[in-house]
Amino acid sequence: MARRSLAWQALILASLALLGCLLVDTTASRLQERGIRSGFDFLLEPAGFALGESLLPFEASDSTLRAFAAGLLNTLRVALPGAVLAVLIGVIVGFGRLADNPLVRGLATAFVNGVRNVPLLLHLLAWYFILTDLLPAADAALPLAPGVFLSKSGLALPWWGEAGWEVPVPAGFGIDGGARLTPEYLAMLIGLSLYAAAYIAETLRGAVQALPPGQRLSALALGMTPRQAFTLVLLPQAWRAALPPVTSQLLNLFKNASLAVAIGYPDLVSVAGTSLNQTGRAIECLAVVIAVYLLLSLLAAALSHGLERRSLRGMPA
Amino acid sequence: MLRLHPGRLAAALVLALLTASAPALAGKTLEAIKAKGQIACGVSTGVIGFSAADSQGQWKGLDVDVCKAIAAAVLGDPNKVRWVPLSSQQRFTAIQSGEVDILSRNTTWSLTRDAALGLHFAGVSYYDGQGFLVPKKLKVTSAKQLNNAEVCVQSGTTTEKNLADYARAQGIKLKPVVFDKFEASIKAFFSGRCQAYTTDASALAFIRSKEAPVPDDYLVLPEIISKEPLGPAVRRGDDEWFAIVKWTVNALIEAEELGITQARVDSLKASPDPALQRFLGVGEDLGKSLGLDREWAARAVKAVGNYGEIFNRNVGADSPLKLPRGLNAQWNKGGILYAPPLR
Repeated sequence: MARRSLAWQALILASLALLGCLLVDTTASRLQERGIRSGFDFLLEPAGFALGESLLPFEASDSTLRAFAAGLLNTLRVALPGAVLAVLIGVIVGFGRLADNPLVRGLATAFVNGVRNVPLLLHLLAWYFILTDLLPAADAALPLAPGVFLSKSGLALPWWGEAGWEVPVPAGFGIDGGARLTPEYLAMLIGLSLYAAAYIAETLRGAVQALPPGQRLSALALGMTPRQAFTLVLLPQAWRAALPPVTSQLLNLFKNASLAVAIGYPDLVSVAGTSLNQTGRAIECLAVVIAVYLLLSLLAAALSHGLERRSLRGMPA
Repeated sequence: MLRLHPGRLAAALVLALLTASAPALAGKTLEAIKAKGQIACGVSTGVIGFSAADSQGQWKGLDVDVCKAIAAAVLGDPNKVRWVPLSSQQRFTAIQSGEVDILSRNTTWSLTRDAALGLHFAGVSYYDGQGFLVPKKLKVTSAKQLNNAEVCVQSGTTTEKNLADYARAQGIKLKPVVFDKFEASIKAFFSGRCQAYTTDASALAFIRSKEAPVPDDYLVLPEIISKEPLGPAVRRGDDEWFAIVKWTVNALIEAEELGITQARVDSLKASPDPALQRFLGVGEDLGKSLGLDREWAARAVKAVGNYGEIFNRNVGADSPLKLPRGLNAQWNKGGILYAPPLR
């Protein structure tokens, strides 16, 4: 029986592989038939377009591959701090949902329901237009502290630049020098982290409430304060149950960062879209994006799996 | 719990393999269109003056009229068109895959697109060029003064590349802020996020007059930084269909030069002028070599008017855009429209 099922599995695997090869081969030959140039050679040719902001220094004369790398870095630049913020806000709001104080509980509930029931794209657009409408124009930037300016061009901060430590100064159309957190970046960061935080808060609340009520009562009976009972007894147990859904929320945050092009943030998808238009290599550009997302998501999933196993260590089977 | 029998799964996979390898039959475009009774025309998702659905859901615009003229020439009815709105990312795949028969979607004709994308541009229906819109309060009078400016752009055209080229050629720095939706890019610019907005000059005039809170606070800079010949494109591999689209565009231009208007198509058939007779199908039969009947060109003009009428109605003096003819005037009127002779 075991041998037979192994044979079936081998057959299915072989057919899948064959199907995949056929798909690639058919696509390639059809593209050629229709006189459409295909291949990944365009990645090494000059991109020809500039990026509004990039951690990786990028010029229009650099290769398309470098543009993709810059786009990916921009995605990570918003997704990683966004994930940290999302967990922090999520834990705080999750506590709030369980608080005895009705005002705190009400505010936390309103936040969760308000945020979860509006599509993320609308969140991003709303934050973006709030930022760009409310902030002062770039040539009338608001000085928050020496060398720190806030305007429609974003938050300018002193930072290491090409000429060493740079302090931003008002110049020309806006602010020159230092580092810049643009309104596009800030709106992405706020929108993504608040959206994920609402889900994380709910997950945590559910995980705590799923614990047997006796846990809390016994802790209190032992003389712990309600706070001690929560942080020392309830949270460590709830965290184990909450970890898988929380990591899946963080993965969602990473994937949702692909909405960036709606508000002008040059993430990986935005760069791929521009390259696609310049080169016409639709399948290739999308393949690169899919491969990168798949690879990073699988990597993150493996990481979170390891974390889960670690957290389960010492638990009764 | 649902259990999939491994044998059944394998059978399904084998079936999928067999069907995947069956070749797709590519019929001749004209015959396929006649059999379907309609032309699939790829248009934009909304560019006023070129292709946009009005409040009644009717498609209007210069690019739309090109498709209507072809439908009138080929099928005898300008309304036998299926409109397929395409984003700029979708457009080339749609024409390559045969989802649309014509791509008439303010698309710039360039070497790369013509040579590498498996399509043929069938002519130019509008000569455009990229320009800049700036708020007057910046006191900028030339694009060369835009060093270090942030420029709002809508993604998916040749615009981003032209912007980078221009900055490099002038030795200035321009930071693009790229949006995928027109509305978002416009909103960001008018909220003051960017110091300049760039796109084709034809659209800038419209954006200034219709979208700006106060049009007089904004200025279109004099520099035109690129050549943007916009025209319909067809899929490669069907020369007959290519010729029909090409010559319908030429016919619309030629009609203006010959003075054939929508209103006068029928009355001019009595004219003794051989050029008019040929065009209107009462002289020698030009349609036959295209695989059409002799009145194809007359029907096209009767459906949408000649090029001048199409221009005025959609983007020119009789439209909200009020664009001057400029390059898009006939060659003998100061423009560069020059249709090869229809004979």
